[in-house]
Amino acid sequence: MIQHLRPAFVMTALFTLLLGLAYPLGITSLAQAVMPNAAQGSLIRRDGAVVGSQLIGQATTSPRYFWPRPSATAPDPYNASASSGANLGPTSAKLAERVKSDIERLHTAGIAGPLPADAATASGSGLDPHISPAFARAQIARVARERGMTEAQLSDLVGRVEEGRLLGFIGEPRVNVLRLNLALDAMKS
Amino acid sequence: MTLLGWLQIAALFLAVLVTVKPLGLYMARVFNGESTFISPLLAPVEAGFYRLSGVDPKREQGWLAYTLAMLAFSLAGFLALYAILRLQAFLPYNPQGFANVPPDLAFNTAVSFLTNTNWQNYAGEATMSHFSQMAGLTVQNFVSAATGMAIAVALTRAFARSKAATLGNFWVDLTRATLYVLLPLAIVTALVFVAMGLPQTLDASVTATTLDGGQQVISLGPIASQEAIKQLGTNGGGFFNANAAHPFENPTALSNLLNIFAMLWISTALVYSFGQMVGDRRQGWALLAAIAVLLIAGVGIIYWAESQGNPILTALGLDAGGGNMEGKEVRFGQSASALYAAVTTGLSDGGVNAMHGSFTGLGGLVPMFLIQLGEVLPGGVGSGLYGLLVFALLAVFVAGLMVGRTPEFLGKKIEGREMKYAMLAVLILPTVILGFTAISAMLPVAVASIGTAGPHGLSEILYAFTSAAGNNGSAFGGLSGNTLWYNSTLAITMLLGRFAYAVPVLAIAGSLAAKTKTPASGGTFPTHTPLFVGLLVGIILILGGLQFFPALALGPIVEHFAMLAGQTF
Repeated sequence: MIQHLRPAFVMTALFTLLLGLAYPLGITSLAQAVMPNAAQGSLIRRDGAVVGSQLIGQATTSPRYFWPRPSATAPDPYNASASSGANLGPTSAKLAERVKSDIERLHTAGIAGPLPADAATASGSGLDPHISPAFARAQIARVARERGMTEAQLSDLVGRVEEGRLLGFIGEPRVNVLRLNLALDAMKS
Repeated sequence: MTLLGWLQIAALFLAVLVTVKPLGLYMARVFNGESTFISPLLAPVEAGFYRLSGVDPKREQGWLAYTLAMLAFSLAGFLALYAILRLQAFLPYNPQGFANVPPDLAFNTAVSFLTNTNWQNYAGEATMSHFSQMAGLTVQNFVSAATGMAIAVALTRAFARSKAATLGNFWVDLTRATLYVLLPLAIVTALVFVAMGLPQTLDASVTATTLDGGQQVISLGPIASQEAIKQLGTNGGGFFNANAAHPFENPTALSNLLNIFAMLWISTALVYSFGQMVGDRRQGWALLAAIAVLLIAGVGIIYWAESQGNPILTALGLDAGGGNMEGKEVRFGQSASALYAAVTTGLSDGGVNAMHGSFTGLGGLVPMFLIQLGEVLPGGVGSGLYGLLVFALLAVFVAGLMVGRTPEFLGKKIEGREMKYAMLAVLILPTVILGFTAISAMLPVAVASIGTAGPHGLSEILYAFTSAAGNNGSAFGGLSGNTLWYNSTLAITMLLGRFAYAVPVLAIAGSLAAKTKTPASGGTFPTHTPLFVGLLVGIILILGGLQFFPALALGPIVEHFAMLAGQTF
């Protein structure tokens, strides 16, 4: 065993230098030089100030905006420094209560009928930047009313922001809520 | 389920199928010590490693020396990682000023990464400094995978050689696996990941002012470099708490497919390398066929179960058409989530892009069951291949009993000694999984960690020990695992799952290498036919799976019926 200790410790040190420092620092320099925007988290700036990341959902509760999915992060929803799902099992009473109260909240806000599956369920990350196109359309009437716009205008806008499946079969159709809301703010009402 | 969803699943498996051969042949060259196209660049680095650590690369080791070297290296890796975690407050690259990791959590995490499990009892973005992520966790992501590959290669040589006293040199196999296979692939994958949107920075968090006027603190870090080796090394330990569900680890449907491809590629290609190194490529394809049958069945069942939605939520007014979306991301939906869940558990990856604990009863049963089958579909990098070969030995043994002939595999007689070691390895999983689950289910301090009461609570505990023993690392996240009880028992389970399996495997390798390789005759049971594939699938299901059935019946299966009946807990 003793004869193996020298290679064991020396190799651990060498691997730490190569794989733990040279590799990640090298990738960092390269990424920062070639793709600085992505490497810094795809941040979106408006009038110079960071309003969020294109990839990270944010809590938006004002009725003038499209709303994201419920988020289970603590202590507040869409906490981007403590990602988490609710991790409640399918037969959890807590889950049923939470979904029920979210459905009631959405019904009160004027969204009728059975809700799209993503509208009242929490994502795994708690930071899902997307909603389903069906959930976006279900909110058009409310936002149009709040902003004094026509539903046709908003329907058109959602259609433009909506992303389809890559090559027609990879992934799911989705709407990035932050991008939709920024496009909404940019529209002259 | 939709046709498009299945098309996406088929595309992934097809991509793996057509790329298995080139990587498999390349790795066979690497482990046979031949030079490759990147040798001019890497050979000097490799020679430097041997010189500094005093290793003579030409000197081969017998099974015992090989095992001791592997254990010594694991010990050194454990001490280094434990020290880094305990001292991170004093080390550089800690822009968030995180405190030192407490002893029991540091112990659990060090064991977790050393054993290629990557069970995470911590939230990465709120616990680990950039230095700990890079110099601690990323390093073990590489070398724990390389260690698994070395053990698999040693066992492969045992079949390839005749009357041999040695299995190769552990230090050489470890170094070559890291330098020639893992590092080049990780560099390419990391850069592609950045192009897809994964951040790669040493900066602290960014604070955004949201549209609502609130403040959102967004954690950043060297994510792409960690994510690349996390998948290639089938580690699964992510940068963030939410793992690959987090949009920074897995921003698009395409990055999701690349994640899954990266997990599958080396493990499947290594099976091909096995065929190449023992001089019978058909043998590699036969093993791959057995894997494919079970893995695709697993994807199908999860996809079907999750697409049905949760009837309890449907009754409250959710449209069942979208399936069960609790714990899932919109960009992945049902198909990409089912695919990821089956692959990450059939492999011992353990990363997740959806929360398994929020799957429906049957949808959650499959990932747990795939781990319980012994992590051989195709299992972790290296560990999957040697696990699969243990099952192959058992399969030829059972076949030999049925026809009354001495069992043989690839010209090596399988006798009592090998069978005893194989059973020792195979029995360690049910012993620790069921044993610790039973104790935890009776211990108030352990039961207090449960997140969802009722049958799901038992599933949470069972999943935790299953995941730890299989060195998987995924979880039913409702269980609060960061307690003294789970930090210690899960660490013990991970150590047993890794080393109480690997050591008997190396003993088998030593025993087989010493035997004469007899040429196949008319009486030899061929092990590359559909008959053998069927037998192997049967052995995996019966030996690996059946012993867990009573426990599964009390957990996910009861939960499935409770869910259909609309009962909540």
